[in-house]
Amino acid sequence: MFLGVDVGGTNTDAVLMDGKQLVAAVKTPTSEDVTSGIVHAASELLRHGMDSSRVDAVMVGTTHFTNALLERKGITPTAVIRLALPATQLLPPLVDWPNALRDAVGGFTCMVAGGNEFDGREIAAIDREGVKKAARDAKAQGARAMAVSGVFSPVDPSHENEAAALIREEAPEMRVCLSHQNGRMGLLERENAAALNACLGDVAATTIQGIDNALKSMGIRAPLFMSQNDGTLMDTAFASRFPVLTVSSGPTNSMRGAAYLSGVTDGIVVDIGGTSTDVGALVKGFPRESALAVDVGGVRTNFRTPDMVSVALGGGSMVQHETRKIGPESVGYRLTDEALVFGGDTLTTTDIAVACGRARLGDWRLLAQVDRRMAQQGIADIDALVATAVDRMKLSQEDVPVVLVGGGSILLGSSLAGASLLLRPEHAGVANAIGAAIAQIGGQVERVYSLDSGNREEAIADCTAAAVEQAVAAGAAPASVEVVEVEEVPLTYVPSNATRVRVKAVGDIAPERLRRTS
Amino acid sequence: MWQVTERDLTHIATGAGILGTGGGGNPYIGQLRARQAILKWGPVTVLSPEELSDDARVVCVGGIGAPTVGIEKIRDLQSYHALRAIEEYTGETATALISNEIGGSNSVEPLIPAAIAGLPVVDADGMGRAFPEFQMKTFFVYGVPCCPMAVADEKGNSIIVRETITPYWAERLARAATIQMGCVACYAVAPMSAEQVRRTAIPNSLTLARDLGKAVERARTEGDDPLQAILATCPGKILFSGKVVDIDRRTTSGFARGTVSIDGLDSFSGQRMHIDFQNENLIARVDGEVACIVPDLICAAATDTGEPVTTELMRYGLRVTILGFPAPALWTTPEGLAVAGPRAFGYDTEYTPLIV
Repeated sequence: MFLGVDVGGTNTDAVLMDGKQLVAAVKTPTSEDVTSGIVHAASELLRHGMDSSRVDAVMVGTTHFTNALLERKGITPTAVIRLALPATQLLPPLVDWPNALRDAVGGFTCMVAGGNEFDGREIAAIDREGVKKAARDAKAQGARAMAVSGVFSPVDPSHENEAAALIREEAPEMRVCLSHQNGRMGLLERENAAALNACLGDVAATTIQGIDNALKSMGIRAPLFMSQNDGTLMDTAFASRFPVLTVSSGPTNSMRGAAYLSGVTDGIVVDIGGTSTDVGALVKGFPRESALAVDVGGVRTNFRTPDMVSVALGGGSMVQHETRKIGPESVGYRLTDEALVFGGDTLTTTDIAVACGRARLGDWRLLAQVDRRMAQQGIADIDALVATAVDRMKLSQEDVPVVLVGGGSILLGSSLAGASLLLRPEHAGVANAIGAAIAQIGGQVERVYSLDSGNREEAIADCTAAAVEQAVAAGAAPASVEVVEVEEVPLTYVPSNATRVRVKAVGDIAPERLRRTS
Repeated sequence: MWQVTERDLTHIATGAGILGTGGGGNPYIGQLRARQAILKWGPVTVLSPEELSDDARVVCVGGIGAPTVGIEKIRDLQSYHALRAIEEYTGETATALISNEIGGSNSVEPLIPAAIAGLPVVDADGMGRAFPEFQMKTFFVYGVPCCPMAVADEKGNSIIVRETITPYWAERLARAATIQMGCVACYAVAPMSAEQVRRTAIPNSLTLARDLGKAVERARTEGDDPLQAILATCPGKILFSGKVVDIDRRTTSGFARGTVSIDGLDSFSGQRMHIDFQNENLIARVDGEVACIVPDLICAAATDTGEPVTTELMRYGLRVTILGFPAPALWTTPEGLAVAGPRAFGYDTEYTPLIV
């Protein structure tokens, strides 16, 4: 059986799954230290009769690592070295970081000769002495981690790899993060992601160790896996190397869980909470990913996160009597005190839904003062808001299945413009924990190839091999790994058919990783 | 006369995005580079064409290459090296710099060599918008020679394109060198006189970009309609407003071409707009009738925020409002239209000026 846990901002949800069967589910408050919230949730499940010796694996989704950036606690002193000279000097590493965070990581940066052109030529030969000196200087200044970036390392990672070897010679204990390993095109964003992975190393290792120890102390000796942004899992060793890959695992798990519970693999997921509605698209059971830059703790990165739109509509959104304006203010978790239908004096979207007979909760007699026609118009406004958000997430005009999750989904009726089906799966309240529990192991690689000599198949084979290797490294059974996505995008204005290739591979957790020990 | 400070750069980026008419590249890196240059070498003075001294020598600088490469091999001080190369070759010393293109990231390129060399920039440019190719500048349309010009990379290489039979040949030769240089180069054209700048440049464009950005920011913070704020700053009109329902892209011979289809909402309900683009938006038609055509400016902005939407970011479901602005008068003469009118982009259509 699999134990899935999702640590959200407010709640820590946990589920126990036996194959496709949900055995038990609990919701508990999130704790500040994350671990005790997980322990609490797991002990609730034990109280519900979970047999700890029958748990084969524990999957945890948490975005906690990035809190360390906001609080600047536990940051590993990190140096950043870029292989680029004479190119890119005007924008040194960490140039667009918030000052406080740059200070927290130590701010030691350095640029040396190296890097590649778009077609694989060297900009300059790698400056080996410069790299060694940077490693010595970084060590002398107290850095315990180094991020290495190279211009066009997604085309040719050899300079970054060589730099890593040189750093290990000079400072064997230094933790080294290479940008091409989390690599997409965009030097600053990729370098930033590598620096974040480097500086979150201690926090990730400590947190993961803490969760593991806590689970063991409860008799749960199953291996631990962490959720990634793309809806797949990684083992703890991989997660400690790439903590940044967890930052948006929450919404991803929620969408994956919604897909699983509803059976919808291609469609739209609408998650209506107390204050806002998140709308995302499912493609083959995975969230569609966004190509835009992502801000992590004030740092611009470009790794893939779910493509979503959020609107200020929730079950607690306040409604103005005269204008019928909805939100963005919300009574949030105070709904059961402040909404009219619960005896409060604030008109909320929930009151509108009850007044129209769409939802049954609280005491409808308390809504005598709510004008029926106004309520009818209000509910039409709510439908239009959700329908517009759904429409923005669609890729064509055709109606698509829509899966509704979240407590605020009582606002909607049985149909919605643009939806071919409106589904409200059971257990949608713990969709995120289910999304964690059902996930497979994943690997994703993006590289740039020059396809002039007609070597397209070789390029795709090379990228595929790298993605499969990454999935296996993250804990997948080699025989089970399959390629789920291949994307080719030619670069504009660039000759020699330079093309960006991205491959995603997923596989089942390797059986030897599931060893049950009692 | 005014000084470009760090704070102005965000405004200029937004304004240059609007004037980029769907193209012009990602402004983030350009803005960051200009910021670094100003922090390191100090603010840059902006002079109107009238404020130039009569014996001024004005060098036009700009980037040439591929935006997709520029996000990886970030442009360094190439425009400064190109400036020094053309000065050395011509034996002249620049007294001011001018932007080749106010639309997109090229708008701020002159600020970098200007900060280093302590030179002012002219409040003007060679396009008043964005166009895809080097030869599409009002300077060259009205007789300013495009050669000699220097092209420089970040490694210390530079070449001089000494003479070409047409500006188009200068584009071809410079681009060939750029590819060898690794697709992120800059060029500097031999100095123009103050008289040439006053006669052939699109005036007031840097100030316009800054003011457009300021207006959008103010409207957003004060809860006003940013689209009306744009129109109050730069005379133009709302051509259409609606939802993107289809986008058809093709990458041919290095250009991102395609067509966007938009279904009307509110007062445009029941109508459909098609916009043809080739890096930049070129023709907007409503139910088959031309509503706005190049060289007039066709700008897409997010209906709720006024944020410019480039053709790269266009996709199904976006709520956009399409604004039209009349082209600067220098583009609507027979000479201007020959270089940047509908026929220059392969459309067998007459130019009909946008009436505001």
